[in-house]
Amino acid sequence: MTEPLLKIQGLCKRFGGVVATDDITLDIPEGELHAVIGPNGAGKTTLVSQLAGELTPDAGRILLGGTDVTSMPVWRRSLLGTARSFQITSLFPEFTARDNVALAAQAHAGHSFHFWKDARRETALRDTAHAALSRVGMGDRADVRVSRLSHGEHRQIEIAMALATRPRLLLLDEPMAGLGSSEAAGMLALLRALKRQYTIVLIEHDMEAVFALADRISVLVYGRVIATGAPEAIRANTQVREAYLGENSVAGAGDA
Amino acid sequence: MGLLFIEQCLNGLQFGLLLFLLAAGLTLVFGIMDLVNLAHGSLYMLGAYFAATFAALTDSFLLGVVLGLAATLVVGMAVEVVAMRRLYGRDHLDHVLGTFGLILFFNELVRLVWGPAGMSLIPPAWLNRSIEILPGVPYSAYRLSIIVVSLAVALLLYLLVMRTRIGMLIRAGASNREMVGALGVNINLLYTLVFGIGATLAGLAGIMQAQIQTAYVGMGENVLIVALVVIIIGGIGSIRGALVASIFVGLIDTVGRAFLPDMLKLVLSPAAASTAGPALSSMLIYILMVAVLVLRPGGLFPAAGR
Amino acid sequence: MRFPFTARNLLIAAVIALLVLLPVYTALSGNAFFLTLFTRILILALAATSLNLIMGYGGMVSFGHAVYLGIGGYGIGILAFEGISSGFLQWPLAILVSALFALVIGALSLRTRGVYFIMITLALAQMVYYAGVSLSRYGADDGLTINRRSQFSGLIDLSNRTVFYYLCLALLLGTVYLVWRLINSRFGLVIRGAKSNERRMRSIGFPTYRYRLVCFVVAGAICGLAGALLANFTNFISPAMMHWTRSGDLIVMVVLGGMGSVFGPTVGAVALLVLEETLPFLIGKLGFPLFGESAARAAEYWQIVLGPMLLAIALFARGGIVGLLTRTGRD
Ligand SMILES: Nc1ncnc2c1ncn2[C@@H]1O[C@H](COP(=O)(O)OP(=O)(O)OP(=O)(O)O)[C@@H](O)[C@H]1O
Ligand SMILES: [Mg+2]
Repeated sequence: MTEPLLKIQGLCKRFGGVVATDDITLDIPEGELHAVIGPNGAGKTTLVSQLAGELTPDAGRILLGGTDVTSMPVWRRSLLGTARSFQITSLFPEFTARDNVALAAQAHAGHSFHFWKDARRETALRDTAHAALSRVGMGDRADVRVSRLSHGEHRQIEIAMALATRPRLLLLDEPMAGLGSSEAAGMLALLRALKRQYTIVLIEHDMEAVFALADRISVLVYGRVIATGAPEAIRANTQVREAYLGENSVAGAGDA
Repeated sequence: MGLLFIEQCLNGLQFGLLLFLLAAGLTLVFGIMDLVNLAHGSLYMLGAYFAATFAALTDSFLLGVVLGLAATLVVGMAVEVVAMRRLYGRDHLDHVLGTFGLILFFNELVRLVWGPAGMSLIPPAWLNRSIEILPGVPYSAYRLSIIVVSLAVALLLYLLVMRTRIGMLIRAGASNREMVGALGVNINLLYTLVFGIGATLAGLAGIMQAQIQTAYVGMGENVLIVALVVIIIGGIGSIRGALVASIFVGLIDTVGRAFLPDMLKLVLSPAAASTAGPALSSMLIYILMVAVLVLRPGGLFPAAGR
Repeated sequence: MRFPFTARNLLIAAVIALLVLLPVYTALSGNAFFLTLFTRILILALAATSLNLIMGYGGMVSFGHAVYLGIGGYGIGILAFEGISSGFLQWPLAILVSALFALVIGALSLRTRGVYFIMITLALAQMVYYAGVSLSRYGADDGLTINRRSQFSGLIDLSNRTVFYYLCLALLLGTVYLVWRLINSRFGLVIRGAKSNERRMRSIGFPTYRYRLVCFVVAGAICGLAGALLANFTNFISPAMMHWTRSGDLIVMVVLGGMGSVFGPTVGAVALLVLEETLPFLIGKLGFPLFGESAARAAEYWQIVLGPMLLAIALFARGGIVGLLTRTGRD
């Protein structure tokens, strides 16, 4: 077996009395779509924040492609190929969609100590941005100001920004949160298309989507991984059923 | 030397506690309403002018002080209702601009009403003397009274915040404004009250300072910046931090000014020491602030959730 | 680029035309007062433009920006006092020292955010102010008179009022253009992005601190240039140049004119200083029929009107003058 792209070893994080991440160890090989599920407050976002570098773990290590990134700042990890989409949309509302995504591309196209040339005329950046926006189906809305776009479109731009940084590892924190059913279907199709091309850690409450997409699933409860395995194994796992998935919801996801 | 040192330490403590009165209001208002109030120094100035005026009118020092405090409270609450209330929830630049405007307004108003010459509040005979605090150590009675009054106020404030219902709301408001609103508490009234308390504390500080110097237009501004330094060091929003930091800053500033030039003479040439001394001692508290920030960007007692 | 005839662009064009033609008017009328007033306005507009770069575009609300006016000024004053009057030496040094101070102040204060940043820039500025007060060799509190303006080996004669005015105007317009280029460059987008959502900027791969710091230093350097002009203009330096109220005035100019618009600070500087000149007069004139003599006395206290105006601007007109015109004129 080759070295996994992402290695998480003994990761711990507590907030006062709350243990948000409790000794998590996980290997995610290149190309895998790994879903992390768990009830509200299980510590999924906290895990992603540590992988992305916004939070520093209290203990444990994170290795990306063999490099120890545990104490690297966010921006440096981004340059190494970790990209994140936020659970709560986090964009630049006064810029256009294209500007938002081009900015992400700019961060990965050399330094930005260029003081004179109009950045909006740098065709390389604009093209990358356009390609990423087209990829998520926003090609024709590129020049609209983000503050005028809908929530669903914001979710798409979140992904486009992540793609524009040419990542190796995509951390997607509930990309489908708050989407209408047709929008959710679009997002599902998009995620399916991104699968294999990127290594993805997907956090999602939509069980239907998770079981349809994931290669493997980890179940997080109170900061602890109680099970990791292929979708069928997770569905069959009694501990998971008791702790988290109601019998019905698993059956429901299975039938769909 | 030893005697002088004790006296300077007491002066430092007195200045520090005076700063605390200013910083407490500032940090309360910031911690609870998230408002940067640069015009806090104007209330300090108004307190001094009010007390001096009422003392002259009534011919009674104590009555002057009490009426002065009451007037500052009224003005403070009026300012909250008329202006500050509209600034809550706006960004900090709005606060800076709006309260900067208020400073200009109050300075001109005071100049217009009381004239450009200062006003003095003369302490009564029972304060205007010195007391032997230790055998052979005399100390100014009214400086001592400042220390006593400020410590009493600090204690009262502690009891108010930690032990009363209002205090509970204040603490809750500092961490969760929606929750207080949901409890059905009249949050507008609470805010007006908090602002009024802060204003009164500032007024009290101004009154006490007016006995050391005269009251003059713009007296609040330089001391306000020092009070800002205090709350930066203490951690914005923390009353405990404000108390610790004010005493620190008061001591370092006073003792530094008194002794640093002489101490420098030990290591520098007299000429160099006499130039560097005053410069360095007036910069000491800022250097302290920078040092604290480098080590702890959130101040000594960072308020939770900020 | 297109320049549609919006109210906003017309205002900007009018202000530029006014500034360019002013010396012609003063030469014809022989009234030099306006030339003096507007030279001051141009210099402060330059300082405000530099503040707008960090505050309007970078979201760094510095309440200590006048420090660089002072440092630029002291750079000129001290060198002149020590017998070095060549502008070719004085000016670059003044700008360099301002940039260095900005580097130190910025490095410290940019570690913090929001209200901390405001207060720390204010406190550090106050510290530099006290340092100026204690410079007894250079006049301490009272300041220092500069006997000879910077010499540019006969190329530019600063003692000629009109030449001085046009120099200030050229530097201001040049700076406005520079800022305009800057904010649309890669660097500018990073600065503006960090204002809008710094967390996101870091997460897509920008080390924002160093970009902000560079921006802070650039603004400090430009303001230092304004300080060099101011010292030459008044033939005088004193700690008052960097008093915190001066920093407040600069903020007022930026907000009054319109933040986040390259010409806003110039409009704001014109508006504020013209207001300062005319308010006392207006109060006296308008109040006279109503209050008689006392109105004339009240005119002296014009800041009683200015103060609440600032409050009103903070409450109701955050886009400033340029912003108001943009909204009504639609661009
Ligand atoms: N910055 C913080 N400070 C204190 N506690 C925190 C912080 N962030 C998260 N927590 C706590 O850690 C736990 C895990 O939170 P987290 O946001 O990671 O959960 P989650 O699985 O993403 O939940 P959700 O499904 O609602 O998004 C929760 O109990 C939360 O209250
Ligand atoms: Mg979450």
